Amino acid sequence: MSVGAALAGLLIGGIGCRRAVDLLEYQGKQLFAGHGVTVPDGEVAGSVEVAVAAAERVGFPCAVKAQVLIGGRGKAGGIKIAENAEQAREHAEAILGMDIRGPRGEGPFKVHEVWIEAGSQIAEEYYASVILDRGEKKLLAMVSAKGGMDIEAVAEEDPAALVKRHIDPTREFDAAAARPIVEEAGLAEDIRDEAAEVLARLAEVAASEDATLIEVNPLIVTEDRTVVALDSKVTIDNNALFRHEDLAGLADSSAEDPQEAMAKERGLTYVKLEGDVGILGNGAGLCMSTLDVVAQAGGDPANFLDAGGGSKAEAIVDALEVITSDPKVKAVLFNIFGGITRCDEVAKGIIEASQQIELKVPLVVRLDGTNSEEGLRMLEEAQIDGLEVEKTMLGAAKRVVELAGGGS
Amino acid sequence: MSIVVDNDTKLVVSGLTGREGSFHGLRNRDYGTDLVAGVTPGKGGQDVDGVPVFDSIADAVEQAGANTSMIFVPARFAAAAIDEAIDAGVGTVIAITEGIPVLDMLRTYWKAREAEVRLIGPNCPGVLSPGKANVGIIPAQFFDPGKIGVVSKSGTLTYQIGNELKQAGEGNSSIVGIGGDPIVGSDFIDVLTLFEADPETELIVMVGEIGGDAEERAADFIAESVSKPVVAYIAGFTAPPGKQMGHAGAIISGSSGTAQAKKEALEAKGVRVGQSPTEAAELAVEALRAGG
Repeated sequence: MSVGAALAGLLIGGIGCRRAVDLLEYQGKQLFAGHGVTVPDGEVAGSVEVAVAAAERVGFPCAVKAQVLIGGRGKAGGIKIAENAEQAREHAEAILGMDIRGPRGEGPFKVHEVWIEAGSQIAEEYYASVILDRGEKKLLAMVSAKGGMDIEAVAEEDPAALVKRHIDPTREFDAAAARPIVEEAGLAEDIRDEAAEVLARLAEVAASEDATLIEVNPLIVTEDRTVVALDSKVTIDNNALFRHEDLAGLADSSAEDPQEAMAKERGLTYVKLEGDVGILGNGAGLCMSTLDVVAQAGGDPANFLDAGGGSKAEAIVDALEVITSDPKVKAVLFNIFGGITRCDEVAKGIIEASQQIELKVPLVVRLDGTNSEEGLRMLEEAQIDGLEVEKTMLGAAKRVVELAGGGS
Repeated sequence: MSIVVDNDTKLVVSGLTGREGSFHGLRNRDYGTDLVAGVTPGKGGQDVDGVPVFDSIADAVEQAGANTSMIFVPARFAAAAIDEAIDAGVGTVIAITEGIPVLDMLRTYWKAREAEVRLIGPNCPGVLSPGKANVGIIPAQFFDPGKIGVVSKSGTLTYQIGNELKQAGEGNSSIVGIGGDPIVGSDFIDVLTLFEADPETELIVMVGEIGGDAEERAADFIAESVSKPVVAYIAGFTAPPGKQMGHAGAIISGSSGTAQAKKEALEAKGVRVGQSPTEAAELAVEALRAGG
């Protein structure tokens, strides 16, 4: 199995209901520092002037590191070493505002901030992570002496070099519990106690900050034999933000797509896609299934939008406005299966919405489930220009693809 | 028979005095579920449409004989409510609440396991055994009593498939919504085990979606331990790949988590997978009639 494909799959999980909060490198490091994990001295900068001043304070050499939520920054030119103020200025000018794509073409992610960090004298590069293993329903600690490189390749080519141990949920995971893991991973003997302490503290960060992923690559040993987290990847569980007000404020940085920003403002679960068929469904599962049947009918979905139980005109107006504000959209499909939500209420909402906004593209509505006959009758009687009704999901998918011009 | 809930279910609803809790709790009662109590701390002694309210689940167990608990309390208090139900000695807990922090569920999952309490959910539509009991928010009108067991990560998709089965003249032994959260109390394997042992269930429909590897694990389990025919549907073939943070996730997952990988894993073990909810329902009806 390709690990690349694995990543793609793993991360789409939870679409529609849980969008986790990923922290930038420096935010993660600040979290680590708060739990007693050593990180290099540094400062964040949003402008060239601030970056140069920060570099002068932390001293040279220093690293100028793009703060974006994607790996492969170094290869993309987003991490540079500055030996003096002039170089710090040069690098900050180059990196601030640049667009970085991930190793698998993700993005682009625009760089709004750089992290200016004191240079480290690296003796060893290790790897450490703590992650929620949903299959085993435990946190999993992983440690390797082969850090600083592609850890997925290590896992594939030399699995024994990556030690994986589940954390017993009924026991405290302290340095003593972490110690056998760093021993087995073969970390240098003189720093094993300290590395075990760091691993225990990373697990503590996970537990106390509701992080589902903490990854440090590399975890370095400096020439003066200190264990330091030189990078950080931290994902916080969205559902737990109510008890982490400090972290909740960090969550807003990334929604750059205009439709996604608009949807977020209106409290809708919306994900932008590449195609031209706008989609609204109720329930994440049905909505995903709608994307699939539209694709099977030869169409290309423009978005994922889960209306949840929203049947009120206001919610439908909001959803329609978000979907049709994407200029690519040529036709829209509403796929509603009424359970608790009644189809006649949905129909009423659609009719009211059609009076409030002008339909710029054809709209196909499929209503099924509770009171669907009444709902369909109401829609037909209302004779809304550009609106067609369909009884089945497959029929509706076929029709909307036709209206969009047979896909793109 | 049927699974998880039936005529012997005596239901206590945590959050019965709330808007959602009372709406669905009373709907469940109207369906025929024996709703014996509600629980809201500080409101003991009140009643909701004739259903007595207690301060604690333990009181509801002791005084009203509750054996099944439904959790309808807000997310930030929900794990504690599940813990309370476990401690109170009910045998089954069905958690509807969505948005519970995942590490809370991690602790609660192991607590339920230790106490040997059957936990369904959270973030699920509940369990319906047609003609017997309905605990949760599943609209019962799409499901008649019958021979098909349904286990699903998704709510509306289950109703869609149930409705198609009903139109084809088939009914269900039980419908179990396990929820789509990263940590749920019972996963596909747990529910498949129950359906395998249930004499009323002749065929099982399994509805999965992208993320995690519960479907892949279920595929292996089906090959080894399920003698009844299983038909599946997986949603999310065209879902967008999210951006990834770090590499640890890829290393631990035994699978890619994509819909395609899940479909292939299931088909490799002889499970037929429908391309759409409609096709899945058709396959189920066909397999049931061929087998019967």
